[in-house]
Amino acid sequence: MVVQKSVSQTMMALNGDEAVAWAVKQSNVDVVAAYPITPQTIIVERISEFVHNGEVDMEFIRVESEHSALSASWGAALAGARAFTATAANGLALMWEILYITASTRTPVVMAVVNRALSAPINIHNDHSDSMGARDSGWIQIYSEDAQEAYDNTIMAFRIAEEAMLPVMVTLDGFTISHTLQNVSVLPDEVVSNFVGVRKIPRIKLPHIHGEKEIPLMLNPKYPISFGPLDLFDYYFEHKVQQNEAMKASIPIIERVHREFSEIGGRSYEPVHMIPYRTEDADVVLLGLSSTMSVVKKVVDELRSEGKKVGAIRLRVFRPFPADMIRKELSGINVVGVLDRSLSFGAEGGPVFLEVRSALYSSSSKPTVYNYVYGLGGRELPPKLIKKAFNELLEAKEEPERPVIKYLGVRE
Amino acid sequence: MVTKAVWRPDIKELARIEGQKRPVESGHRLCAGCGAGIIMRQIAMAARKPLVWINATGCVEVATTIFPYTSWNVPWAHNAFENAAAVGSGVEAARKKLVRAKRFEGDPDIELDYDVIVLGGDGGTYDIGLQAISGAFERRHKIMYVLYDNEAYMNTGIQRSGGTPFGARTTTTPVGKVIKGKPLFKKPIMDIMVAHGIPYAATVSPAYWNDALVKFRRGFETEGPVFIHAFSTCPLGWGSAPEDTVKIMKLAVETCVFPLYEVIEGEYRLTGPSVSIAKNPDRKKPVEEYLKLQGRFRHMFKPENKWMIEKFQEWVDKQWETLLRRAGY
Repeated sequence: MVVQKSVSQTMMALNGDEAVAWAVKQSNVDVVAAYPITPQTIIVERISEFVHNGEVDMEFIRVESEHSALSASWGAALAGARAFTATAANGLALMWEILYITASTRTPVVMAVVNRALSAPINIHNDHSDSMGARDSGWIQIYSEDAQEAYDNTIMAFRIAEEAMLPVMVTLDGFTISHTLQNVSVLPDEVVSNFVGVRKIPRIKLPHIHGEKEIPLMLNPKYPISFGPLDLFDYYFEHKVQQNEAMKASIPIIERVHREFSEIGGRSYEPVHMIPYRTEDADVVLLGLSSTMSVVKKVVDELRSEGKKVGAIRLRVFRPFPADMIRKELSGINVVGVLDRSLSFGAEGGPVFLEVRSALYSSSSKPTVYNYVYGLGGRELPPKLIKKAFNELLEAKEEPERPVIKYLGVRE
Repeated sequence: MVTKAVWRPDIKELARIEGQKRPVESGHRLCAGCGAGIIMRQIAMAARKPLVWINATGCVEVATTIFPYTSWNVPWAHNAFENAAAVGSGVEAARKKLVRAKRFEGDPDIELDYDVIVLGGDGGTYDIGLQAISGAFERRHKIMYVLYDNEAYMNTGIQRSGGTPFGARTTTTPVGKVIKGKPLFKKPIMDIMVAHGIPYAATVSPAYWNDALVKFRRGFETEGPVFIHAFSTCPLGWGSAPEDTVKIMKLAVETCVFPLYEVIEGEYRLTGPSVSIAKNPDRKKPVEEYLKLQGRFRHMFKPENKWMIEKFQEWVDKQWETLLRRAGY
């Protein structure tokens, strides 16, 4: 994390949820529609305070469910507003139907997902089963390491969503980030406001109706458009392929917005999609998401001081999946351990592992890939277990025997 | 909050304007004799300003928008089955904020002065969408929610809903050897909506166009959430002749199966023919006259099932008496 330019920033003691609420407050958001769920609640509480104290001019719809939260956000975005919502776990699962509809209608809603384990059994603590369950829904997914990054990612998400015309999910780990006080460097209001601007409405051409005239893509009586029509076998397939292309096309947009954010004094997260740590001459790396990687980096330092050639890669953007960059980054690495904080029941490994190993299949120097599943339902991953995984990887010579998944920190 | 002035619609003038603006274009795929098509046009005719139209999944949605075609010359959006009222809430909130911020004031291509209408069928209203409507009404969004009630899931092939009447044959309440049609009565949807304390609720039978247009207009003019329960004959699902659609819409009112009334700030007021029936009870027709035109009730006319017609009549009488009491008769 490098600060490129010095602007007068305010250092505030915020937890991750508050950091997200601050980003929302500063980002010219017009409509928030949200329903409270632990550990996301602080986001909606802070936004409520901002609204009730007249510190921000937005419509906050206190909906009666997460399903309605995303539905109302969708309606607001189609009507021309910048819309935000936030949820976790079961709330995200309840939105499942509307996740796909929001993405498939190319509606730029931004959502904070405070990662929490899915029921059953009911559990309020952190793992990634909620957002991993939504990985095929067509949302861009950016995973945050700490409260600072949750703040930064939320601000950038509005630009990314509106330029890519795709919804963006910004995730932060429940409790570990959401409820933990950190020093967060908050940019001046006007700097953020200028960076995100107000919501701009894209223009489209409908040549057979309006000729060369570019009309606003929104619910607008001046130029009526029908959104969400029935679409059968004669067009649906093409629309889905186009949607997938839009996902790929968002990669350079994500990179550009990050660059521009660092130019206004925000933090730089180069090279954006993933951040390698001491991988230059590493034999072995652990690759994973979010707050866990802070601890992994500490362990890397420790093992490096013992002369062991280990490194870490923190994946930030899981959708669109940066397969090319994974191949490039992992070429020359002998053994990769992939950390998954969720399960894909019945699959050969966790979701991150499956994607990483699939990406490496076409690489010339195929590293050996291990899968570690850890931390389900908020179980801790202490440094000694990370060290154990590194030592195992350092001794590994070939692909592990089946089953592939190794559980870290589970009672046998 | 509810306007007292009564709008006097001039049907010839409205038809002329409709011919020019064509809010709902012909060529859609609704069945011959479908009540929903009439309701859609009446809503558009009663508009006081431009509309933004939100539609729940259902017959109207699939019949009017098969890509790349659309019947809608008004801005129109469909998201899912159960959330139309939530989508309407979002649109209304966005409009409010954007107007307040004067966001598009200098943009001649964008109009923000519009009313939000949400249209859903009985499945999307009585059943799967009830929660979203309840939430939207509690939050006091200025949206007009119109239920077109054809009394079953017609779009998916005539399955029973919470709005299906007693005795009716549907594909999930067949006339079997033991159980004959639906053994349960309609959910009291008007009572449920009125209980939210909304400023305006009304029933509409499209056959009485003047009554319908006045109520739709009053709904648009009301500051706050509005619920309109519109009766919608479905020839395919009801086993009725397409040419009997309007006749059935009238008989539903004349038999008090579907009385016409409005609830203004909690005050009940009968309208149209329901007023004269209230004053002259002998004008109330027996339910048989309504039931006999529809194949879905045919089994009730068999001698061994006569009790079903009696039970239907008892239910109608009781509902009507309750309404009379509420309306001060």
